[in-house]
Amino acid sequence: MGYIPNTEDDQKLMLEKIGVRAFQGLLKAVPESIRLKDELKLPKGISELELVQLLQNISEKNKGTDKLISFLGGGAYDHFIPSVVNHILLRSEFYTAYTPYQPEVSQGTLQSIYEYQTLICQLTEMEVSNASMYDGASAVAEAALMSLAETGRNEILVSHSLNPNYYRVLCTYCERGGIKIRKIELKDGVTEAGSLESKISSKTASYIVQSPNFYGLIENVEEIEKKVHSAGALLIMVCDPISLAILKTPGEYGADIAVGEGQPLGNSLNFGGPFLGFFACKQSLIRKMPGRIVGETIDSKGRRGFVLVLQTREQHIRREKATSNICTNEALCALAATVYLSLLGKNGLRKVAELCLQKSHYAAEQISKIGGFKLQFPGQFFKEFVVETPFPASRVVKLLLKKNILAGIDLSRFDRKLKNSLLISVAEKRTRQEIDYLVESLRGIVK
Amino acid sequence: MIIKEDLRYTKEHEWVKLEKDIATMGITDYAQGELGDIVFVELPKVGTKVEQMKSFGVIEAVKAVSELFSPVTGEVVEVNSKLESEAGLINKDPYGEGWIIKVKVKDQSEINKLLSAEDYKKLLEQK
Repeated sequence: MGYIPNTEDDQKLMLEKIGVRAFQGLLKAVPESIRLKDELKLPKGISELELVQLLQNISEKNKGTDKLISFLGGGAYDHFIPSVVNHILLRSEFYTAYTPYQPEVSQGTLQSIYEYQTLICQLTEMEVSNASMYDGASAVAEAALMSLAETGRNEILVSHSLNPNYYRVLCTYCERGGIKIRKIELKDGVTEAGSLESKISSKTASYIVQSPNFYGLIENVEEIEKKVHSAGALLIMVCDPISLAILKTPGEYGADIAVGEGQPLGNSLNFGGPFLGFFACKQSLIRKMPGRIVGETIDSKGRRGFVLVLQTREQHIRREKATSNICTNEALCALAATVYLSLLGKNGLRKVAELCLQKSHYAAEQISKIGGFKLQFPGQFFKEFVVETPFPASRVVKLLLKKNILAGIDLSRFDRKLKNSLLISVAEKRTRQEIDYLVESLRGIVK
Repeated sequence: MIIKEDLRYTKEHEWVKLEKDIATMGITDYAQGELGDIVFVELPKVGTKVEQMKSFGVIEAVKAVSELFSPVTGEVVEVNSKLESEAGLINKDPYGEGWIIKVKVKDQSEINKLLSAEDYKKLLEQK
């Protein structure tokens, strides 16, 4: 059975209408030499049972976090996801729902987004949150654009400790329009105050700082905030949502915009995406905010209801003058975060954060006792840390994979100077036994 | 619909009143009616330079957004900050309490390029 929806008669009619004699005539633009002349060389059809077995065999060659012990981080984390999350996520009412343009038939979706926004505001202690963005990287870039629009300035300062993948997305966003991006140097893995001081000026729209930063270190945001605001610029803080359960929040620091990757909140690694960008800011900036926002209202009978609000910022109304060309959100990923957060509650999330903190510090302590290994930076960290390795980190990664351990991220991928640097992340999910196994395996490769 | 005789108008439905070198401007009664309930006005900062028929701000109704065009060239000397919390004043009293900005005019003769009340009336009749 073919899956071509139009009949031979339809095709003939269409070809006649556009004045082409046969289908082949449509291919004229494709060079003769690259056209397929014979039929595709495909194997014979197989039964469903045979197909399932074949694919099963192929997929077993994959090694995921179900088979390997992962110490990978750098923006994507292997946290535990309670089964309730998927139970709710996979309900067809949520799973198949389209964008809630019609509030009268979308109250469930709209309410779930509204709850999500409320939770993000509580977590970040910011005043308003949008319905989410594609991922942490696009949220960072959108925050930068927002700061340009708000201040009327054209320069973005970025800490060198921002996740390098986010930095690249930011550069792509800012390629046109005369936007200048300047990097602020680091000292001991965190923003160097002097470098920020010397580069910030009345041209600076915003400073983007990540804390805990890409190396896992906690930045001196308090000091940074003063410098940024005294130059009349906006402070954009990128943060790990789980860390906010125990660390000072962007709201407390006085950040203007708080963004980050929401994947750690109940979302699996999803092969690197779809992820969840969260985006919150001060109320005064709301009309410059990108993306969807859901608000609470009452219907004609006075009953509580939810609708998309402030749509005049958005592309379908504002066209080329819209605050952003993102007119959608990651509703299902946001729902996962919502379910996760409401399930854990304030105390549960704090417990997760504390376990990350304790376990990562235990791992760091044990690893630094191995000859040839030591912590690269002296600063405070949350759940990730950089270890100096006795030989290229790429080799450490390779050797530990043989022991079914994903040891961490070889930082030479991002910075050629960091050849012997391994970024190790320890989520609450890692057991003491697994951490000891990592330490033992590292010890094994230096002997 | 009210069109005031003593004002000048733009094709984009702004009005302007010149007193010495200070021009007060807003949007016309027709414009507020077309937009419907106005919920927000993005005002320029005092000191901003505006140019004749260039956009200086944005006016937002429940279901539409529109640019605001300056009838004259000059520098903003005052903005109607009441509109920040009560944008609906433009619906209620577009020529009075709903004024939007005051501009110190650079070249007063510019005003001659604008429509008279009669011209503006004709423009609306064509609609």
